[in-house]
Amino acid sequence: MSEYTYPIFFGVIVGTATRIYMLRTDYRQYPTYLHGKIIHVALGFIAAGLGTVAIPSILEEEFTAITFLTLAASQFRDVRNMERNTLNELDNYELVPRGKTYIEGIAIAFESRNYLVIFTSFLCTLGYLLFNIWGGLIAAVIAIFISTKLMSGGRLGDIVEVEYFEPRFDGPGLYVDNIYIMNIGLAERQKEVLRYGMGFILKPKNFDSRATIANLGQRQAILHDVSNALGVYRDSGTPALVPLAKRDLDDGRVGVFILPQENDIEKAIKIIKKVPTLENAIRMPKEREKKLEER
Amino acid sequence: MDIEKFILAAITTNPKKVPCGVAVFHCDNKEEMEKITTNLEAILDGIAHSLTDELYVIVKH
Repeated sequence: MSEYTYPIFFGVIVGTATRIYMLRTDYRQYPTYLHGKIIHVALGFIAAGLGTVAIPSILEEEFTAITFLTLAASQFRDVRNMERNTLNELDNYELVPRGKTYIEGIAIAFESRNYLVIFTSFLCTLGYLLFNIWGGLIAAVIAIFISTKLMSGGRLGDIVEVEYFEPRFDGPGLYVDNIYIMNIGLAERQKEVLRYGMGFILKPKNFDSRATIANLGQRQAILHDVSNALGVYRDSGTPALVPLAKRDLDDGRVGVFILPQENDIEKAIKIIKKVPTLENAIRMPKEREKKLEER
Repeated sequence: MDIEKFILAAITTNPKKVPCGVAVFHCDNKEEMEKITTNLEAILDGIAHSLTDELYVIVKH
């Protein structure tokens, strides 16, 4: 055994454990299947190995070994493609699809989490070799803390206020507050919608969030998450029973109409507030103005 | 160019208000119109929209 054996083991174990921690299944129900998890844990193990061996390579002045990290980058980009393709295929069979923006966000998260594992293992092994196992443990705690911070993005509750409104009909037009949702012609269908439907108004807290919730992908993510958590009163062959989110063009509010199987207003509001703010949907039109003013 | 939405059928109780270029179902009264629309909605996998009290259209979205 060389002097690097224990630090390498330590880095790999902490890195793999970090990946398992970041792979926890939550209310979004992904990934739930065992084989999907095995793929990601195995890739996490490889990432941990790559991050760990970088330190002994530098110490031994084997700088060409570091170039393997670039190979790793291309491998993990493939992870993103794999997730994107899988989720796009699965999305066709969802009663309320995730939408491409949400899928892209998940795929990016899977790729970036492997880089966080490399970073964690790198720091742990460095800490172990520079100090001792306690140094490695302190580095592990710091790296896991940073990884946790970086892996959790913003929530919708940070940028909007959510209020419940009972859906209503004006003729065949379905409304949530004063926001027009859709035209439902059949009286029978209207009764179903009023019986099971729930309406919510998302009021943006500032101008930037107005642009973010206007994004169609962000709106689809809200519908998917709520339908996923509360169930959906819908089946194939009932296209009129569809959750929708429409925008008030005057003030940027968004009216969300859902058809949950569990009619719990408080829970629905909680879920809407916990919907992730999708990276690809975030817009900051006011940010540039602020920077210009500061100059 | 892909057309994403199109009218699959029209159901009416007023023969004067019949649109062209689409399958039209004539009905004697509103009750019959609702019944046929419900069945067509399920068969065609479209959404029934009411344009007037006398005219429904089934639209594929």
